[in-house]
Amino acid sequence: MIKARPGPMICPFCGPRDAGEFRFGGDPGVARPEAGASAADWAGYLYFRENPSGTAREYWVHAQGCGGWLIAERDTVTHVTRQTRKATP
Amino acid sequence: MTRPTLPAKGRYSALRLLREGLRGQTGWGQVWRSPEPRKRYDAVIIGGGGHGLSAAYHLAKDHGITNVAVIEKAWLGGGNTGRNTTIIRSNYFNKASQDLYDGALKLYEGLSRELNYNIMFSQRGSIELAHSAAEMEGLRRVVNAMQVNGIESSLLSRDEVLAMVPLLNASPDCRWPVVGGMIQRRAGVARHDAVAWGYARGADSLGVDILQNCEVTGFVIAGGRVTAVQTSQGEIAADVFGMAVAGQSPALARLAGFQLPLLCMTLQAMVSEPIKPCLDQVVASTPNGAYVSQSDKGELVIGGGLDYAPSFARRGGLPKTREVLAALVEMFPAFSTLKLLRQWGGTVDTSPDNSPILGPSPVANLMLNCGWGTGGFKAIPMGGKLLAHLVATGRHHPLSVPFDLGRFETGRLIDEGHAGVAHD
Repeated sequence: MIKARPGPMICPFCGPRDAGEFRFGGDPGVARPEAGASAADWAGYLYFRENPSGTAREYWVHAQGCGGWLIAERDTVTHVTRQTRKATP
Repeated sequence: MTRPTLPAKGRYSALRLLREGLRGQTGWGQVWRSPEPRKRYDAVIIGGGGHGLSAAYHLAKDHGITNVAVIEKAWLGGGNTGRNTTIIRSNYFNKASQDLYDGALKLYEGLSRELNYNIMFSQRGSIELAHSAAEMEGLRRVVNAMQVNGIESSLLSRDEVLAMVPLLNASPDCRWPVVGGMIQRRAGVARHDAVAWGYARGADSLGVDILQNCEVTGFVIAGGRVTAVQTSQGEIAADVFGMAVAGQSPALARLAGFQLPLLCMTLQAMVSEPIKPCLDQVVASTPNGAYVSQSDKGELVIGGGLDYAPSFARRGGLPKTREVLAALVEMFPAFSTLKLLRQWGGTVDTSPDNSPILGPSPVANLMLNCGWGTGGFKAIPMGGKLLAHLVATGRHHPLSVPFDLGRFETGRLIDEGHAGVAHD
């Protein structure tokens, strides 16, 4: 039985907000290959993912709020977000 | 090659029902064995859900390979096979998908007889609603694509939809007005547990060992080939392995040393309290993600969209529950007075093009059946048959060629994105 409940997510720009305001934005750990990379490299960049059960680093966007992008450290089994910070390029 | 058949002893029939009724139901016996694992099998299927059990059945039935084990970490059909909304249909756009899903539907049509096990397949028809002229165009495109390939389906006018589903909100001013729809009359629902149990009974009677509470913890790989799996019940060797583990596919692939192009998310479903028969078809609205059918017990089985974030929690988030139910009661105002009995979620392995992955894995001797995402139940008979073909021959069946993992490199994707957030 999972005890931990997902709380509000903390937007680095707006503070704690309802989780429903945020949208998942993908895996921040994927690097774009150089031009001329192999088809396998491009497939890896576009489609192949680690999919961890447990702690994951993820892009999220405060879609129904300020529109800002953040990187969250979130548990994919308990849905608890441990940490968020501004996504900077 | 000899083709084994189900043994006559233990067959279910009206006569046997009568006999057992007179004997006080004492002679039914165990439906399948719980054997000790052998050290070695000809083939091992990982995953005791619908696809895995169907694969084991077809290995024995189609290919005469009976020295087979199905390894299941928990109980049979306890994953997505037991969590879906039991809808079976084949209204897909691409020819490759139509061949796959309509092939499965045809197998479902004969499955109760084939397995001598009543899967309660009720072909009550599945209606997709359109709420705007543009959505009606979208449905027209799908109906045309289906008819070109000889699959029965037809467009419905607004009046036809409302005559068939009188409880729908007929107001032209509501949030989800009915503009029209499409129907596939051969589509329907089946008893999901019975599909798993029927295949398990069939496979077991042909000699397959079903090993429950047996979790794969690692692969033994020598020279790039899988030679055995480490399990919670010891090491089990085999010539070839197949995996059909849906939401656990990324974790299992990691154990074997490769990645898959999957994203695992939660798909929700819920049932209402049971009521008198009031809904004759499956009714779905792709734009708002809500769909509903009425079970034989009278409960409304309500499906929802995906919670769009990676999750292995097997429980849905309330924002999506609210969204689905708000759309449902807007479309069916009468349902707003019902209480929900249960709400649950399953972990679905969605692929980038909403089509499954079937074929050899990057590691030799390991065959893939994954990526069904939200629509795996409807494909169980064919998914298992194609995995069995891969395991038995090492090569693709013609139907599974387009679904090879290699399509993500070549770019020959089979885009079924229109099939909706919850394509079952």
